[in-house]
Amino acid sequence: MSGTIATVLAADGINVAKNVGFGIIAFAMIFAALCVVATKNVVHAALWLVVVLGGVAAQYILAAAEFVAISQVLVYIGAVTVLFLFGIMLTRARIGTDIGLFNSGWALGIPVAALLLGVVGWAVLDYTGDDVIANQAPTPTVLLSDAYLGPYLVPFLALSFVLLAAAIGAIVIARKD
Amino acid sequence: MLAANFLLLSAVLFSIGVFGVLARRNAVLVLMSVELVLAAVMLNLVAFSTIVGTIDGQVFTLFVIGVAAAEVGVGLAMVLMVYRNRRSISLDELSEMKG
Amino acid sequence: MFAADALPTGWFLENAWLIPVVPAIAFALIIGVGKRLPYRGSEVGIASMVVSLFLSIGAVVQWMQRVNAADGAHAAAGGGTGGGVAGTVEGFARTVFPTAAGNGNGEPYVEPVIRSWVWWQNAGLEFGLGQHIDGLAVLMLVLVAGISLLVQIFSLDYVRGDRRYTHFFAALTLFSAGMLIMVLAENMVQLILGWEIMGLCSFMLIGHWWEDKANSRAALKAFFTVRVGDIGLLVGTAIVFFGANQWAVDNLDSNGFSIQAISAWALSGDASSLVLMWGAVALFIACIGKSGQFPLHTWLPDAMAGPTPVSSLLHSSTMVVAGVFLVARLYPVFWEGLAIGPGGLNVIAIIGAITLVIAALLAFVQNDIKKVLAYSTVSQLGFMMLGLGTGAWLPAVFHIFTHAFFKCCLFLCAGSVSHSGSHHSFDMKKDMGGLAKKMPITAGAWIVSMLALAGVFPLSGFFSKDEIIANVGANGYTTFMWVAFGGAFMTAAYMVRATYLTFFGEPRGAAAAEHHEADHELQPAGGVDAHTEEPHDEAMVAAGHGLDVSGDPDPHADDHLHGAHHPPRESGPLILVPVCILAFLAAVAGFTNAVPFGESWEVLKKYVEPRAEVVDLADARMAIAGGPGEAMQLVAPSAAAADACGFDAPPDGAVCLFPAVAHAPFSWAKGFLALGIVGAGLVSSWFMCVALYTRRDRRLVGLTERFAPARWGYQFLWNKYYLDHLYEKVIVHGIAHPIANAAYWVNQKVIDRTVDESGRQTRRAGEFVYRNIDQRVVDGAVNASGTAASGTGQLLRPIQSGKVNQYGALIFGAAAVAAIVLVIVNV
Repeated sequence: MSGTIATVLAADGINVAKNVGFGIIAFAMIFAALCVVATKNVVHAALWLVVVLGGVAAQYILAAAEFVAISQVLVYIGAVTVLFLFGIMLTRARIGTDIGLFNSGWALGIPVAALLLGVVGWAVLDYTGDDVIANQAPTPTVLLSDAYLGPYLVPFLALSFVLLAAAIGAIVIARKD
Repeated sequence: MLAANFLLLSAVLFSIGVFGVLARRNAVLVLMSVELVLAAVMLNLVAFSTIVGTIDGQVFTLFVIGVAAAEVGVGLAMVLMVYRNRRSISLDELSEMKG
Repeated sequence: MFAADALPTGWFLENAWLIPVVPAIAFALIIGVGKRLPYRGSEVGIASMVVSLFLSIGAVVQWMQRVNAADGAHAAAGGGTGGGVAGTVEGFARTVFPTAAGNGNGEPYVEPVIRSWVWWQNAGLEFGLGQHIDGLAVLMLVLVAGISLLVQIFSLDYVRGDRRYTHFFAALTLFSAGMLIMVLAENMVQLILGWEIMGLCSFMLIGHWWEDKANSRAALKAFFTVRVGDIGLLVGTAIVFFGANQWAVDNLDSNGFSIQAISAWALSGDASSLVLMWGAVALFIACIGKSGQFPLHTWLPDAMAGPTPVSSLLHSSTMVVAGVFLVARLYPVFWEGLAIGPGGLNVIAIIGAITLVIAALLAFVQNDIKKVLAYSTVSQLGFMMLGLGTGAWLPAVFHIFTHAFFKCCLFLCAGSVSHSGSHHSFDMKKDMGGLAKKMPITAGAWIVSMLALAGVFPLSGFFSKDEIIANVGANGYTTFMWVAFGGAFMTAAYMVRATYLTFFGEPRGAAAAEHHEADHELQPAGGVDAHTEEPHDEAMVAAGHGLDVSGDPDPHADDHLHGAHHPPRESGPLILVPVCILAFLAAVAGFTNAVPFGESWEVLKKYVEPRAEVVDLADARMAIAGGPGEAMQLVAPSAAAADACGFDAPPDGAVCLFPAVAHAPFSWAKGFLALGIVGAGLVSSWFMCVALYTRRDRRLVGLTERFAPARWGYQFLWNKYYLDHLYEKVIVHGIAHPIANAAYWVNQKVIDRTVDESGRQTRRAGEFVYRNIDQRVVDGAVNASGTAASGTGQLLRPIQSGKVNQYGALIFGAAAVAAIVLVIVNV
């Protein structure tokens, strides 16, 4: 799979620093993602997930979305990963290797995933072709805040209700009664 | 940089996440795979934002981050409840929905 | 001509927003500290209503001064546009009397006092809270505040010692606050706010004695039925907003929530008739739910499960009137959307007429006195809707006004009867009769109100009902006029039946001082049927009474302690005073708009009905724009003739704010006809009652058992047209359950069996192959094919495994396949 990326990188022609950075991070992310779904150790899977999510944050910076990148680090690496580790420990998964992390029909996943990759990849290449992203200055955060408190105010409020409901729901579901 | 770079990377991440959802038996691992899928989607949104040159993709990315946080919270709460009731979080034992 | 601020406003008009704020604060006080107060919170509620009433009366007085000043200034300015107005609206599909257009005839536009405070601003859209004070608003304000005050005073005695005495007063106060907020509403958002507060409070109050299953069911039924309508309110508001917003922004610097802007938009001629129609229909659905119109009227009689003061308040000036008020308030939308102006047959008139008749019929078969009154309310609301639907705006509003007094009085009388005369029973056939001698004051008040409701000449109901009927006829709806006459006849008849059963004839049951001793030994308090008896928890009565006996001004309180089993007697002063005040008002309220006596008596027409004046747009724009905290003022009238408002689009640069509704001249012929019909109803019903209930005439008693059509009719009515059956059995059980069952069946039988069958068939095929070919062909090959076939079956079976992963695989796989198909098709 990483081969695809390599050919794309080569096709770009000019190896600017950004491209090199992208390639390195992308390779690390794909490797880590494969480890997440393939490792036999649940805790290791969570730690590999940190690598993937950190890589995503780095890609955001490359895509000139710095505020999103910071949020990604705060929310995912700071909070969600910890939540996962707690989840693993509270469900008493063995810390060492664990057999039986795959279900019996796991092989079915490979063709499905490959099929999806093929379709999406083809669609992406067909759609973008040789389009090049222009270099951009980082997005000012004020634009985001204007968007949230302007045209996206109602979805923003709705999201806050979703979070509230989720918090209450999580408490209700998980408490011992 | 080619526009396809980000999109292809996110396609790969997405496929890996889907494979994880399908192949894993442990509910926590399935949730992690779902996070992979979501990360791919968010990367896509940011990439579109960059390609099109508007802010909206980033706005939606932050929305997705918020919703995903809620999803993980509720999902793990459910996993905990299942664990407490059945002493196991293997998804293939959870087949009461069987027709 | 003259500047807008030339009209006097005055403190009461400028600060009318205080009227709902006072009870709202009182509610918080009662909830917070009410239980620690000497009268357990009731004094706060009553004090707040007194303040509200005072402020409302101040507003009324100043509004009248304002109208007078406007008229005076107009006359001084040269008589305006008088003359030549008759016949302006000729050429439409109905006959219009020459006075029809007289509305704009020399009468200047009187601007409402509109103030608005912006509490939220988003993307250029301002949400305000404020006041929209015009004649309709001040009329409703004084009505709501006055009736709420009287009902609260009545409740002091009536619910004394109740389990949740404090909460009862808190909910009553908030209920009044909700109605006042709605009446004042300057924009649709505020209107919805008040509307929903009322919905919530009605739920709380109807289910006040929620320990009884029937009460909580009734409360839920009321809440859900009204909710069905409320969806119409939200949808209608959204439709109107999206239709009006751009226009309002462009022309008035306002927005699509402002009631003023919506009115102007609806009459501007720029509005899409389709948008207007659907907006009007959706809003009317809300009114159907709230005002108990057919087919959502079923919650109103069940709402009788609440305490009687609640029924009284609910059915006279608040809650059910809210729907009628909404139509009256947004009348331009309905006028244009449903083509009331050109005399079209429209949904409001039809629904109103249907409701009017079917509810009146239902009132004949009720044995519960409160249910008779409930159906009577539904029927009278039908009258109001019929009036609004046929262009008789003022008569309908007038009928709201008079109906509030006599219906409130009737309910309070029923409460008084059950409180002191029939041992908390409301069953007319079992526990009442002959009470006129025992409770003369209650009976007198009841009879006055009942005659007012029936429409006997000098009493209030005559004027309002007759005006509706006359206007319905004059506006060209002859059929509906006869329906209304029929309704008036039935009203007189069923009210006589209720009166006879309650106050005349021989005493029965509790009214004859037969206590339900046996019943009470069998059934402890609370176990009785909530529809006929209000479960006063007697231990709590004693306990609660002990608490407030110290400051109790009521001399009759002491025997109340033992009052659970007393012979019928007159109620105490706290009950009788509100009843008598209401009976007096019910008798005289009609003179506020006594059309038969000439124009000088038409007070409501002068002060309440908005004048259909064209307003100069330049002034309107300047005035409607308002910032936070700024008093918004509208508008100097222009010289343009206003008579075509609601019929023609206003000229460029001007807006219409109210259609030029027609007014039928009073004709004594019709008046006498109405009186004759009412008289016939009263007399015939009286003799029927005497024959049926006292003389037990053989020909009549048991007619419903012997005579099949009568029996069917009775059954049909007794079961309330089977509407409840329709809703519960057919709609809930008949639609929701089969869908669930069908889904289950499909899941069980179709999907599962398909999978099973395919597996089984494949295996059978395998076995077939195995049996037939095995013996003849090479063993290994046969075994392989058999295993493969069996394997296919086994492979297909787990698809319905209940395993999440496999379902996921199916979803993603199917999505991928579908994507491929799409790609192939498109490429």
